[in-house]
Amino acid sequence: MAEIKKADGIVDWLDQRLAVKTLAKVLMTEYWIPKNINFLWAMGVVLMTMFMVLVITGIFLLMYYKPDVNLAFDSVNYTIMQEVAYGWLWRHMHGVAASVVFLVIYIHMFTAIYYGSYKNGREMIWISGMLLFVTFSAEAFSGYMLPWGQMSYWAAQVITNLFGGIPFIGDELVVWIRGNFYVADATLTRFFMLHVLLLPLIIMMIIGIHFYTLRIPHVNNQEGEHFDFDAEADKYKAGNKKESKVIPFWPVFLSKDLFVVGVFMIFYFYLVGFHYNFAMDPINFEPANPMKTPAHIYPEWYFLWSYEVLRGFFFDIAGIAAMDIGLAAFGIANVIFFLMPWLDRSPVVAPANKRGAFNIWFWLLLIDMIVLTVYGKLPPLGANAWVGFFASIVFLFLLLVALPLITKAEAKRVGGAK
Amino acid sequence: MKELKILAVVVFFTLLVYWGVEPFAHSQMHEHVEPANFAFEDIKDSGKKGDAAKGAETFMNAGCIGCHSLKSQGMPAPMDDASASASFGVVPPDLSNAGYLYDEKFLADLIKNPTHALKVGHKFNDEKPHPMTAFYGLGGDIDQEVADIVAYLKSIAPTKMEDKEVFVNACGRCHSVKYDKQFRNSQKGALEKYMGANPPDLSIIIRAKSKEYLRNFIDDPQKLLHGTSMPRVGLKEQNVQQIINYLESVGDRKKAQRESLIPNIMGFFVLFSILAYLWKAKLWREVH
Repeated sequence: MAEIKKADGIVDWLDQRLAVKTLAKVLMTEYWIPKNINFLWAMGVVLMTMFMVLVITGIFLLMYYKPDVNLAFDSVNYTIMQEVAYGWLWRHMHGVAASVVFLVIYIHMFTAIYYGSYKNGREMIWISGMLLFVTFSAEAFSGYMLPWGQMSYWAAQVITNLFGGIPFIGDELVVWIRGNFYVADATLTRFFMLHVLLLPLIIMMIIGIHFYTLRIPHVNNQEGEHFDFDAEADKYKAGNKKESKVIPFWPVFLSKDLFVVGVFMIFYFYLVGFHYNFAMDPINFEPANPMKTPAHIYPEWYFLWSYEVLRGFFFDIAGIAAMDIGLAAFGIANVIFFLMPWLDRSPVVAPANKRGAFNIWFWLLLIDMIVLTVYGKLPPLGANAWVGFFASIVFLFLLLVALPLITKAEAKRVGGAK
Repeated sequence: MKELKILAVVVFFTLLVYWGVEPFAHSQMHEHVEPANFAFEDIKDSGKKGDAAKGAETFMNAGCIGCHSLKSQGMPAPMDDASASASFGVVPPDLSNAGYLYDEKFLADLIKNPTHALKVGHKFNDEKPHPMTAFYGLGGDIDQEVADIVAYLKSIAPTKMEDKEVFVNACGRCHSVKYDKQFRNSQKGALEKYMGANPPDLSIIIRAKSKEYLRNFIDDPQKLLHGTSMPRVGLKEQNVQQIINYLESVGDRKKAQRESLIPNIMGFFVLFSILAYLWKAKLWREVH
């Protein structure tokens, strides 16, 4: 057992028992981050902030929400929105945060793709990040069901129905997921459980893992420069702060992040108070009605690109039903980004603007995903359907064919130089 | 500065996506309609000038009070709400403030040809007549008689009504606003059978539909929802505005609180950001 001496203060007392000073060094003051970064490196902390906002507002909402098809709608729209003091604030904050968190996730992802931060030892960072994307998606979907409005009901109907396309077990699977033959009370209560218990638990766990994965390969920097973190850290500790290529997580890195978080929160609260319809769809302010299908059913904006890949294949090809091709493409779209580190065959870690063809590929991917997102919301009629079809083909082509080819050529080019 | 350039790129693509999925997508999904003008252009004006005193007589002789009450003039409804609802589907309106609520031209058309004024020709015809029987005249010039009745209704109408009163009188026989404990007086079963659907509760309709949509819809429901069983009600522009005000006061009860609180929170974060920036600048001076 460690030798315990009379402590000269609370910190020392804790340090003798919990080694808090060492812990603070490891996690904060001697956790090294590259200095050559821009504000895009603050997105992780912005996400963490948004997640905390979601958890805290969610706890407040949970105190009054009633998971029952007969009570849910009024518990949200009357009790919380009108009766409970500042209940509207918690709900608006929760709804808007759930939407903008995906904007930040996408910025975070595209930053990683642009700077090549997913490969050469950083694969686990990327994979744990993608797991967070998937669990956040499930969390968003399950949460959207809870107010039991028209879009809650019909989105649940359409999305759970998708599982019916899985060969052999599809029909049984749909019933198993819904807990009934149609979307009903049993569906609401189980998605409620997922939303407030199981998924948040899993998300918190993966956030821990995501932080852990950063430890060994370290955070990437603006030039993709590889350097010895220990040597740079020693320089910093020796007082050569200006020469050293690293900064400590606390306080130097976080001081910049706090500024970015502050600016982001101004924007966020503007949306909460004055521009929330994009996140809280007006259609969901009509109570769920299984007898009345809304004129347009569409998912929230952050699911539109993959939804459009699903819808894009609207005609049978070579005897395979359109629905099955779409479902397969949708399946691919949802897992393809996990494979980024292996679809990229090049060892080069550098910003895209220094990677030639990859740069063009990056911007094409971004534009294609925006096209998919916009057309994912439009009614799939006439020319819209064809735009969706071609954009879906381009999406699959970019990731499955173009990326490996471009990066293979790049690998060959730098092969000699390395 | 490089960071600002990056920010500009991020903002540009964010706004592009926003524009695409919100204003653009909605402009594609919703049919564009001419904005409501409350002119009732499909109704011909007879040009007759009514006489209220004669109208009072005509009103009594025409048998209006067989179904309608005129409470302000001491004429109660012939039936209670439940029986009226069972007989007609919807409880016939009290006419005390019809002259305040409804357009003159519309009222005249309604008296002569209810299905036309209400735009419910797709539901009612000779085999299935509208529960309000048309007025066929008392033998004189029918247009004059109708004009007299309208003049009479106008003469007894109040000059001012509260927003909620307007709603209750014009909409409240079919629609409830349960978050305001305002319940319709027609009976659910009979009403549903009569309308073919259950008229929705309007507690938070203001969050589901834009004010512009509500204006256009109330002026002419068929324009936005073809084949709907909701009749055109013939409200004047100012009264539609009063209804929208009422619906907003109930459905967006916390609007004033929201609009006063949020700028303060934003202000807090402006201050927070300034302090954070100063601190950041101080720390980064040491490392740059």
